[in-house]
Amino acid sequence: MDEKDRTLLHLLEENCRTPISELAVLAEMSEQDVKKRIAWLESTGVIRRYGAVIDWERAGNGNVTSVIDLKVSPERDFGYDRIAERIARFPQVRSLRLMTGTYDLQLLVTGSSMHEIARFVAEQIAPMDRIRETATHITMKTYKENGTTFAEREEVERLPYSF
Amino acid sequence: MEDVISLGVGEPDFVTPWCVCEAAIYSIEQGSTTYTSNKGTPQLRGAISHYLGTRFGTPYDPEEEVIVTCGVSEAADIAIRAVVDPGDEVLVAEPCYVSYIPCVTLAGGTPVSVPCRAEDEFRLTADALAEKITPRTKALVANFPNNPTGGVMGESDWRAVADLLVDHDLLLISDEVYAELTYDGDHFSPARIPEIRDRTITLNGFSKAFAMTGWRIGYLCAPREITAAALKIHQYVALCAPIMGQVAAYEALRIGEAEKDAMVREYRLRRNLFVDGLNKLGLSCHLPKGAFYAFPSVESTGMSDTEFAEALLREQHVAVVPGSVLGPSGLGHVRCAYAVSRDHLKDALSRMEAFLESRKLSEQISSN
Repeated sequence: MDEKDRTLLHLLEENCRTPISELAVLAEMSEQDVKKRIAWLESTGVIRRYGAVIDWERAGNGNVTSVIDLKVSPERDFGYDRIAERIARFPQVRSLRLMTGTYDLQLLVTGSSMHEIARFVAEQIAPMDRIRETATHITMKTYKENGTTFAEREEVERLPYSF
Repeated sequence: MEDVISLGVGEPDFVTPWCVCEAAIYSIEQGSTTYTSNKGTPQLRGAISHYLGTRFGTPYDPEEEVIVTCGVSEAADIAIRAVVDPGDEVLVAEPCYVSYIPCVTLAGGTPVSVPCRAEDEFRLTADALAEKITPRTKALVANFPNNPTGGVMGESDWRAVADLLVDHDLLLISDEVYAELTYDGDHFSPARIPEIRDRTITLNGFSKAFAMTGWRIGYLCAPREITAAALKIHQYVALCAPIMGQVAAYEALRIGEAEKDAMVREYRLRRNLFVDGLNKLGLSCHLPKGAFYAFPSVESTGMSDTEFAEALLREQHVAVVPGSVLGPSGLGHVRCAYAVSRDHLKDALSRMEAFLESRKLSEQISSN
């Protein structure tokens, strides 16, 4: 992994649909080299997936997202890993992280309604062994997602000047 | 005119890093709305001194060798007025930013252009310089990385020039406002050469590197005798640079580095994209190693640079600057500032392609 790989990663993260020919010009390397490096980054799992950043509020599918904090008793020999692995299997769980602070695991959960999320927490998550406490926070509005600002902001216009 | 893509202005399209704006807003809330010391706040001068020392190896005494100015524009003016007497000749490496020559004239001096040529990748050579030196020559004004060519000067280039400066007892006014925008290797500041450190006035500022054009903060660094002379002019014409700008500039040096680096990386990507596109269109362009300008030759089109720029604006709504406006060596070139988004650059390139195609077509029609 070198500077050129990192440049490619930044470019792909920004827009993974950039053509190989353009990546080659931007990152100052041959198309052959670009292909080889991307193949390597994919095979080693550095690139996990190519996706889009979607404003679901605008898409209007009515989905609800929430952050759910869990207090968990760690297991001898495994810590948080085994319970985290079980929670990650639920498709409703979009992200899952181990955190410092009051709570241990943090989940990002999407559902079709607040009711559905409440049921998921009450029926699936809370009763699991080793879960000691849950706190559910419903998203009211998303301003920025993965580095992309959703709120419309007027572009700053450059004012004319002589030179 | 509607729907114009302007590659004409040398201004970043980025807004100032938010951490810098936040600090300035807070300081206004705290009541920082006053004059400052003529030469600038001690905090900012200290930060500039530290920055120049660690970043470019050119430390200056923050007490006696640094003046914070209203942009590099003012710094260039007071530097020239501080050292030029009526009748002095001042060498100006061209093509260059439009203000140096009028500033020399306003100071009563005689500007003398020194060409930097495309075949030298727009570097200033000792040969070109030596040709223009006379017994009345007082100083040299140079700007590297260069607006409009993107040319840069490495250590060996500067050493050759330095020898001449010493031999002929000349001063150097070095405008380094694009120093951070250097893409291959590090910027070399001529004040690093011990033999000419005491005859060099270093100018720099925040507009380009930190996207802070509207804050109007630049600075002048020089040995104390020169700084003292420049300060007399500065305190009468400007009193001091705006305090909000100084607070913001201090913050930029303190915590703005990561955002600056991200902007520089983006300029580099834009450069690669745009210069590649120009060359594919047959507008031959060297790969500029600094600043944010591409300076392609338009000779292959059979048009003069002025004709090219006017027709391109009229027909395809892309604004570029004719190179001859920026000095005789700019003849046959146009300056394109790639300080716009990559999407705009791609759009500009396809418009330029359409422009060249329509020209070819009309040539064929008129020759038939």
